[in-house]
Amino acid sequence: MLMTMSEKILAKASNKSSSEAGEIVMGEIDVAMTHDLTGPLSVESFEKIGTDKVWDPNKIVIPFDHQVPADSLDAANNHIILREFVKKQEIKNFYDVNQGVCHQILPEFGHVVPGEVIVGTDSHTCTHGALGAFATGIGSTDMAMVFSTGKLWFKVPETIRFNIEGQLKENVYAKDVIVNIIGKVGADGATYKVCEFAGNTVSDMSVSDRMVLCNMAVEMGGKTGLVEPDEKTLNYIETRSNKPYEVFKTDLGAPSLETIEIDVSNLEPQVACPHNVDNVKPVSEIDKEIDQVFLGSCTNGRISDLREAAQILKGNKIANRVRMLVIPASKEVYTKALDEGLINIFVESGALVCNPCCGPCLGGHVGLIGPGEVSLSTSNRNFKGRQGSPEGEVYLSSAAVAAYSAIKGRIESI
Amino acid sequence: MKGKVWKFGDDIDTDIIIPGRYLVVTDPDKLAKHCMESLDSDFYKKINKGDFIVAGKNFGCGSSREHAPLALQGAGVGAVIAESFGRIFYRNATNVGIPLLEAPGISETLDDGEEIEIDMEKGTIKTTNGKEYKFKKLPPFMLEILDKGGLVEYLKNDSNK
Repeated sequence: MLMTMSEKILAKASNKSSSEAGEIVMGEIDVAMTHDLTGPLSVESFEKIGTDKVWDPNKIVIPFDHQVPADSLDAANNHIILREFVKKQEIKNFYDVNQGVCHQILPEFGHVVPGEVIVGTDSHTCTHGALGAFATGIGSTDMAMVFSTGKLWFKVPETIRFNIEGQLKENVYAKDVIVNIIGKVGADGATYKVCEFAGNTVSDMSVSDRMVLCNMAVEMGGKTGLVEPDEKTLNYIETRSNKPYEVFKTDLGAPSLETIEIDVSNLEPQVACPHNVDNVKPVSEIDKEIDQVFLGSCTNGRISDLREAAQILKGNKIANRVRMLVIPASKEVYTKALDEGLINIFVESGALVCNPCCGPCLGGHVGLIGPGEVSLSTSNRNFKGRQGSPEGEVYLSSAAVAAYSAIKGRIESI
Repeated sequence: MKGKVWKFGDDIDTDIIIPGRYLVVTDPDKLAKHCMESLDSDFYKKINKGDFIVAGKNFGCGSSREHAPLALQGAGVGAVIAESFGRIFYRNATNVGIPLLEAPGISETLDDGEEIEIDMEKGTIKTTNGKEYKFKKLPPFMLEILDKGGLVEYLKNDSNK
């Protein structure tokens, strides 16, 4: 029987020889992640179900990243709830306020390997599909069921395979590719489906770039993003994980597979405009002054993003009207950026460098924008009110466009 | 279920339902005060318990925050009827006990403020002037989860674990 990657992974997770799109399976969970913002509700629901002990404390990962350090008594209280849960349930994979963004930490610390089923109470859990795992966002009550039983029901999804071909032009990045695709298919263009990314462009991309593609699969409604593991994937996980893994690949004739061909050889830098991620235009068509630039997040807060931005900012000053926040996605990224002198470049150019965290991405912690203000952000969502005031505007771009625009005071590309 | 229709457009995302800055609390009554506030700051005051939201496509797209269905529940929303729903929101709403009814074309047929009656078993929506529309009926296990008031109560019955 010809199957997609996700059909094969979900068959394995439900101890079956095959599974097909539309079928409901009860899948065993390999990794369950919750963080400081959605964790307290998960714990509350788990306690209501009344199970004493979680099914497997070694398969639960809890990073603090949304409100670190705590910026209010409510946030501090949420941290206490989770620290007590970690202690009581003897959860070893706990990352307190100093480690960084969950979707960066999970792969860095070797929690993600190909062929696994990963669930997280965060919609961008789909990022981990970049390493060939079936990874998807769930709510807190679903997580309580996972904590309690180690299982969750899934409707096996169909797959859209984006076959991406062509060499990217200079100053065009994975972010431009995925934003362009979302603009084409729409914010609900892949609802309930797996977004598989394939083709030469993807083979040429680093693991970090593939994470950018998979991270934003949810912005077109996707259940997860996926990239078939190759030598780059295996090199990445072999230096970070001791877990056993299994590589699955999609059979091209699988009945639930739809293929969309994308040619990126002439693609220009792209921007998603307010207030939907599918409102996409080339940077060249945008005429907009900006008040804040945010470089960071689980989409573009990796060392490659910081390098691209630093190269542009080196020897330049950020425009007077602009404040720029640089937030490395993890302690590892932060340390590398320090070693490579990137942090000096950011500070010298006039940027603020904050501790690894989600930052203003979801408008709940540092760096909110006020009424009438415009943010250019390397994160993944530009919904109304996302980064603070509902009268503010959020535009999304690559790290390179963000850095260059910070110097110019308006949205521009080199 | 009987109630009044409150209409919204397409792609109503979870940041509109409940903005990120309020996620530090989990109490549905506190969350309700900010429900839909970027579109209508008095929404929670105007709505009566059991009223319905009627929306276009992709209602609840975005984040996995279960605070979104909790905010709607706190505000008194009895059900959401839409052309289609965001995937994670769909599961979360069912899990906390809010019925989500998929009814293609519905956003063009019902008017804001209209009184309607929903029959979950039959899969119908009736208006006071006698018109009847259909929605996709929910499978029995989902009706049972909703009937129990959510997944937690459903799971308390050991045979469902």
